[in-house]
Amino acid sequence: MARRTPVYEAHRGLDPRWTEFSGWEMPLSYRSIAEEHRAVREHCGLFDVSHMGEIEIRGPEAGAVCQALTVNDVRRLAVGDGQYTLLCNERGGVLDDLILFRPGVEHYLLVVNAANTASDLAWIRERAAGRAEIRDRSAELALLALQGADAEVALRGLTPLDLTSLRPFGLAEGLVAGLPVVVCRTGYTGEDGFELLVEAAAARELWDALLAAAMRRGGLPCGLGARDTLRLEAGLPLHGSDMDASTTPLEAGLAWVVKLAKGEFVGRAALAVQAEAGVERRLVGIQLDEPGIPRHGYAIRRDGAVVGSITSGTRSPTLGSFIGLGYVAAGTAAPGTPVEIDIRGRLLPARIVARPFYRRVREN
Amino acid sequence: MMEFPEDLRYTKAHEWLRRKGPEAVIGITDFAQDALGDVVFVELPAVGTQLTQGQTFGVVESNKTVSDLFAPVSGRVLAVNQVLRDEPERVNEDPYGAGWMIRVAPSRNEEIESLLDAAAYRAFVASEQKT
Repeated sequence: MARRTPVYEAHRGLDPRWTEFSGWEMPLSYRSIAEEHRAVREHCGLFDVSHMGEIEIRGPEAGAVCQALTVNDVRRLAVGDGQYTLLCNERGGVLDDLILFRPGVEHYLLVVNAANTASDLAWIRERAAGRAEIRDRSAELALLALQGADAEVALRGLTPLDLTSLRPFGLAEGLVAGLPVVVCRTGYTGEDGFELLVEAAAARELWDALLAAAMRRGGLPCGLGARDTLRLEAGLPLHGSDMDASTTPLEAGLAWVVKLAKGEFVGRAALAVQAEAGVERRLVGIQLDEPGIPRHGYAIRRDGAVVGSITSGTRSPTLGSFIGLGYVAAGTAAPGTPVEIDIRGRLLPARIVARPFYRRVREN
Repeated sequence: MMEFPEDLRYTKAHEWLRRKGPEAVIGITDFAQDALGDVVFVELPAVGTQLTQGQTFGVVESNKTVSDLFAPVSGRVLAVNQVLRDEPERVNEDPYGAGWMIRVAPSRNEEIESLLDAAAYRAFVASEQKT
């Protein structure tokens, strides 16, 4: 039986198309993916992402534990900051990607992928038991994402928090719609936006308030379908699809997250060797010259030879073109390189392109 | 509310066919578009292609899945809906109208007679949903 988020009944009232994702029964779309996608790009959209996991690490050693288990430099986090980071195994393979927040001096919070929550927790406990207090808060917390250029204006009317001074990846605790919430300036859409952590019991009330505020700004409730097309346009990899334990962050284009100079951490030795030797394959953006959906596993060819494979793809609702992500041999990874995608036996011309496919225009 | 227009004929592969004089227009049903979810790409045959009843004539792709299109009847393709190239979402919005796919010259009228009528197709869909 699929799990349901604390906002399930609110979704049911909106009669969405459902999908099962990592064992969760989640809205795929409420209207159409394209409309929801457009709402986020032009105004704002509200997503229930309560299926994601929250792991809390507390204690005097909490910072050291995070530093030893994640690839980014935790010392850069002041209280109230967050950072994008990864859990890697000893071979440098990506176990998960996550946001690491520091809500308090000796208090860290990892927001992780739903599919990996249990394995992340086990991995962390195996390596840090006795050094810090590790708690799975996933069932107690809901996570709602308000995303889009108008997200700040929409949220402003609901909270006394100073949102303008909340920087990307920062968090602030306060009241939203009268409910105690942790507001994070994070997201997965390529737009400005917020993710709000709230106790499960208050999630429905927060959802209703955020949805009303979003809709006053031309926003819509958005499902996992739009979440996927938005993140793809933004060139953001999805763990389990575009990277996993068999790929390294250097191959996945995430070298900027890996701070080899910070000192010892799990996976460092293997990643240092790979950084020195160079990678053999790279995750790249792919743009098709003819219509067709590149799907996970489809071969990428150059001059007849297979040079890689697609990891995800879609029709870009913003660009109207067909885009994908995939790994190709390092020699084929330069933007502009012509390739062919084998779509069920049909070879479609395509090009390697720079990520992101879509970049928001900053208004100030 | 799912629609099953009375004036159309249907297949168990969820295509519909509308007779227009000596020609027939073909698309996928409301049930099919709903099951597929957001249609993002429709691959259609070239004008002039000879179709054989029951054989694939194209592909419809949604964000979730890829699905073959099966010819309800044999015949020659007279026109394809070019609008779907840029606006595949028409299939979801108006499956029996703006979301039409191809227009054909059926070569065997008895094939049309063999297709399901609205009541039979509605009953077939109901039986599919139970399983």
